[in-house]
Amino acid sequence: MAVDNDTVRRIAFLARLKVEQDKLEETKEEFNKILAWVEELGEVNTDNVEPLVSVNNETLTLRQDEVLSGHISEEILANAPAKEYGYFVVPKVVE
Amino acid sequence: MSNLTDLTISESLAKLRKKEISPVELATAYIEKMSENNKYNAYITQTTEQALEQAKASEKRYTDGTNRPLEGIALGIKDLFCTKNVRTTACSHIIDNFVPQYESTVTQNLLNDGALFLGKLNLDEFAMGGSNETSYFGPVVNPWSRETKLVAGGSSGGSAAAVAAKMCAAATGTDTGGSIRQPSAFCGVTGIKPTYGRCSRYGIIAFASSLDQAGPICKDVTDCALMLNSMAGYDAKDSTSSKVTVPDFTSFIGQDIKGLKVGIPEEYRSDGLNAEVSAYWDKAAEILKAQGAEIVHINLPHTKYALPTYYVIAPAEASSNLARYDGVRYGNRVSGNGLDELYINTRTEGFGKEVKRRILIGTYVLSAGYYDAYYLKAQKVRRLIKNDFDEAFKKCDVILTPTSPIEPFAIGDKKMLENPINMYLNDVFTVSVNLAGLPAMSLPIGLSKNGLPLGMQLIGKSFDEATIFKAGYQLERGANFVRM
Repeated sequence: MAVDNDTVRRIAFLARLKVEQDKLEETKEEFNKILAWVEELGEVNTDNVEPLVSVNNETLTLRQDEVLSGHISEEILANAPAKEYGYFVVPKVVE
Repeated sequence: MSNLTDLTISESLAKLRKKEISPVELATAYIEKMSENNKYNAYITQTTEQALEQAKASEKRYTDGTNRPLEGIALGIKDLFCTKNVRTTACSHIIDNFVPQYESTVTQNLLNDGALFLGKLNLDEFAMGGSNETSYFGPVVNPWSRETKLVAGGSSGGSAAAVAAKMCAAATGTDTGGSIRQPSAFCGVTGIKPTYGRCSRYGIIAFASSLDQAGPICKDVTDCALMLNSMAGYDAKDSTSSKVTVPDFTSFIGQDIKGLKVGIPEEYRSDGLNAEVSAYWDKAAEILKAQGAEIVHINLPHTKYALPTYYVIAPAEASSNLARYDGVRYGNRVSGNGLDELYINTRTEGFGKEVKRRILIGTYVLSAGYYDAYYLKAQKVRRLIKNDFDEAFKKCDVILTPTSPIEPFAIGDKKMLENPINMYLNDVFTVSVNLAGLPAMSLPIGLSKNGLPLGMQLIGKSFDEATIFKAGYQLERGANFVRM
């Protein structure tokens, strides 16, 4: 399944990345090389094989629904590129 | 005493307990080595003042008898572990100003046991790479380099180089597809990736969450046991961390291996395998045999598919994990018109080439219409790879393979850089272990004719690091590798 320039552009937007016009061809070729390589997996018969999502066999434990931390808004905001009045600041999104 | 930095952790602890040396003397010796060996570019951030303060506190504890298991041992920390109030970058420009407000569980465990931290170590950006060349801070130089500067391996290149060049007693690493074992092999040191779930992932910057696992890189097998004792354990903050009891790993050091069945996988000896690597593999098997182990031939039929499986699953998980870097809550922000453009500008400028490549591949294999063909297919093959190991372990107790098919190569090697797949192929002996969640150790076996270290890998059953430590110690004794 070879990808074209439009697909590369679409995937890049989904990933919120920009591929410059002059890098589009190169990126596409690289993409196709890697995809051709992973397509070897098509040779393997996986009928009736359950996908392995995690190697962890232990059941997840429940804990009491209680507050374990809090009042740490300063810590949460400590690395924010822009903050005001205890909030993260982003460009206007609602007109 | 001029060679304090030659001492292993176990030797240092013995001398510290007898008060033959002091934690401050020991830390000072490592700090001197750090400045002497600055040329290797192993440390991104140094915390030597803080380390000396900790060493003074340790000194007091040795005096009043309240010393803990790793009291006064000077460590380097891979810059993927969040360290409270100490900059943590994952060697990416996108968070090169990030100062965590909390401590990762693994580093907290080490601090609780009395260890002190000399600084943060270089790695491939977000641990994506096998040569440390994708780091925003530049590549680590392998301390074994002669005329040509060689790679230290990756992604934990800074950790392995720092241990080899004695810039710390031991270091933490993480391993998603070989990132502890391959740099350990390249730098002539010993590292273990424990079973998935042994160490908490809390506070470790995520790459591929179903594969990531922390482990130590050390001067020898015994030190790995000491470090893992401290690093491992259940943690309520990581739902995938395991409740399986953590044994005292040092108790397996020196145990005999009579009757131990050592598996040699046929599929790993491909036609193209480097002759020196192959010869050392035979030698390692002979060493274990001489100690009473029995060599058995095993099959791992899906070996050939491990790399393509890995290079679907790891990028898929990475693309999802790295979605959080959007320039809003932390990291560098590049503004734009509206929110989408802010995200795009921030991420395009912040991430390096290899990281972007993997995010794109990951996004593609997870996107509508391709999910089943790539991602689901890879998860199914992952099951078959794990089944191969389950079958093999019915015939043997531990598996012996080389760690890497090649010796360390030059920084900027054309062949590696012109096609990303050439770099990915170096992980051929290590990625299956992560896919199956198994523990595995790399230890040095000898030098190539170019005078460069080569490593052997011991793979154990799930939660059976014990057998790896038994066999690893005997292999280490037999190999008699001379550290730098």
